[in-house]
Amino acid sequence: MANTITKIPFKGTKEQQEELFKAIDVYAGQSGALIPVLQEAQKIYGYLPYEVQKMIAEKLQISMEKVYEVVTFYAQFSLQPLGEYNISVCLGTACYVKGSGNIFDKLQEKLGIKNGECTPDGKFRLDACRCVGACGLAPVMTINDDVYGRLTVDQLDGILAKYGFGK
Amino acid sequence: MDTLNIKINGRDYTVPTGLTVLEACRYAGVEIPTLCYLKDINEIGACRLCLTEVKGARGMVAACVYPVDRDGMEIVTNSTKIQEARKTNLKLLLSNHDKKCLSCVRSGRCELQKLCNDYGVDTVDAYKGAMNQYEIDDSAPHMIRDNNKCILCRRCVAVCEKNQSVAVLGANERGFNTHIGCAFDQDLWEVPCVACGQCTAVCPTGALYERDETDKVWAALEDPTKHVVVNPAPSIRATLGECFGMPIGTNVKGKLVAALHRLGFDGVYDTDVGADLTILEEANEFIERVQNGGKLPIITSCSPGWIKFCEHNFPDFLDNLSTCKSPQQMFGAVVKTWYAEKNGLDPKDIVVVSIMPCTAKKFERSRDGQSAAGVPDVDVALTTRELARMIERAGIDFVNLADEEFDAPLGITTGAAAIFGATGGVMEAALRTAVETLTGKELESVDFKEVRGTQGIKEATYNVAGLEVKAAVASGLANARELLNRIRRGEANYHIVEIMACPGGCVNGGGQPIQPANVRNFTDLKAIRAKALYEEDANLPLRKSHDSPVIKVLYDEYFGKPGSHKAHEVLHTHYQPRETYGKDR
Repeated sequence: MANTITKIPFKGTKEQQEELFKAIDVYAGQSGALIPVLQEAQKIYGYLPYEVQKMIAEKLQISMEKVYEVVTFYAQFSLQPLGEYNISVCLGTACYVKGSGNIFDKLQEKLGIKNGECTPDGKFRLDACRCVGACGLAPVMTINDDVYGRLTVDQLDGILAKYGFGK
Repeated sequence: MDTLNIKINGRDYTVPTGLTVLEACRYAGVEIPTLCYLKDINEIGACRLCLTEVKGARGMVAACVYPVDRDGMEIVTNSTKIQEARKTNLKLLLSNHDKKCLSCVRSGRCELQKLCNDYGVDTVDAYKGAMNQYEIDDSAPHMIRDNNKCILCRRCVAVCEKNQSVAVLGANERGFNTHIGCAFDQDLWEVPCVACGQCTAVCPTGALYERDETDKVWAALEDPTKHVVVNPAPSIRATLGECFGMPIGTNVKGKLVAALHRLGFDGVYDTDVGADLTILEEANEFIERVQNGGKLPIITSCSPGWIKFCEHNFPDFLDNLSTCKSPQQMFGAVVKTWYAEKNGLDPKDIVVVSIMPCTAKKFERSRDGQSAAGVPDVDVALTTRELARMIERAGIDFVNLADEEFDAPLGITTGAAAIFGATGGVMEAALRTAVETLTGKELESVDFKEVRGTQGIKEATYNVAGLEVKAAVASGLANARELLNRIRRGEANYHIVEIMACPGGCVNGGGQPIQPANVRNFTDLKAIRAKALYEEDANLPLRKSHDSPVIKVLYDEYFGKPGSHKAHEVLHTHYQPRETYGKDR
């Protein structure tokens, strides 16, 4: 099994840690404490890397694996940080039949990352998503708040260049 | 006792209340197949092999979790409808299973294979589709994880978490991607696994198994430049027979020795010598700590899974651990020093093979501080299962072997050593020697029955020469954690504590013969196997370690007295704190 510890260095601050510990203190000792703690932690850090899960395991006195298995079960939790630019490609039915699968594959290839991952420089993150409500524009991709519709694979280089890809 | 009158397959039965359908059927002598069910620790109704029909219930029910809760309940366990459902479930399991049965370590002893045979599921490709491909995890010195053979029953997860409180194995991700793994899908040896091997003993398939080192032994036995000695641990004689179809709890000491002779070892000795020696050193260490205000409680150090667990989870107790090497390591150290000198052998040319109930022994032998003569004390640690494989491959008719005796000079042992293989045994053996040393009088009875039995935590107090000696015994690491937490919180205090990593001690070790869940769930393996050891103890002429003539020779000729400088050099070791949560190295 490929080790899933992200290569992007952890940049957590002391303030974030204090906030996390406060959140843990609220739930510690209750049964079912783990999921609300993870939700709080993801709010604080944006994602749940090794360092954060370790702090949670230590504080709740459960093993790392007990934390990790819950994190990887629920789609709401992420092991990877958000990037400076977050790319979401719609793989919903309408977009998919219009070829968004190819666009997604091409982006994985260009960025060298897989679904839910972030580039090592922390710049781009790629996610597949389900319907952004713009089926008329299929296939659709968003980068942060920018929406790109009626996309073709050929346009990708030009779009990525606007966000500094390849520089 | 409250009872219920129920029908199983059309016949009337009266069963106690509070049972599941599975238990009630078992009570009535009707077996229902299972794959995921482990009594008390994994009752999750996941594998759907125990499907049965209960009149009035919606659809088929999982017998392992469905309660028998009313008079007149009608249960059907084997209709063709049920059989078809079970067949379908087996085919679905096979559709994502590496079916290389021919080369599988568990072929012939695989619970999935047996059920496929029983149900005539030979169309292995009934459902074609995507299959998961997993890398094999061979990072650990003691075992291999092959998720391609895993059926996600979670029995390993249950023993690791519930019995051992180690919890390094779990179910990662979800749906088709669900797989058993460690945190962040790190290798097993990067996380705080303690090498106890309990997971390998409960895996129904070939997904988890001991690292096979028999090839090293075959090679050594053929090498004319090597002097190869073997020593089986106390509990092996109580379990090896199971690999050859003998009843659980049969003591096969004589056949074991005969088989080892036939495999061609240059010396067939007894790890029990190492156990007797451990007692002399440990009892002395205990008495010294009591008399000189040393760190108490002293905690036994024979179980390498426990030692690694302590290093990870209770680093504040490392000074409590006895510095004594385990019997395996003491035995190896004596062979590479005293025995080598006596026989004019270069320790480099001696190969010490130990036969252990334990996968953690494979890890222990490679630890720092386990090389008294500058070379490892022990060269190969085989599990009971690996030895059985060697005996089978050598074509030895084990069941019909005539009994033979261990070789001199390391073959005479005591009853105190025999009981090392069961929880409470090391404590009892140590007390036999410590009490006689402290009082200077011979014990009227050598039986310390309060520390016997398979309970997870046992306590006893003995009045020894005016001193109240408080003793505690724990087996199973979840129980060890509980006991140590009590001591940490100041709720309990003891002078001496024995801990064995596996529930019930070495007789139930991770390297012991595999018993399928339908046996394991309804048989107290640890109690029946332990009984064989206590019987051996009762029948031996010598029952106290300090009465052993071999031990007397070792101290007269070599070590001087227990705790001597020489003894410390050869027979003692040290420990290191390890990460509790994160990466081990």
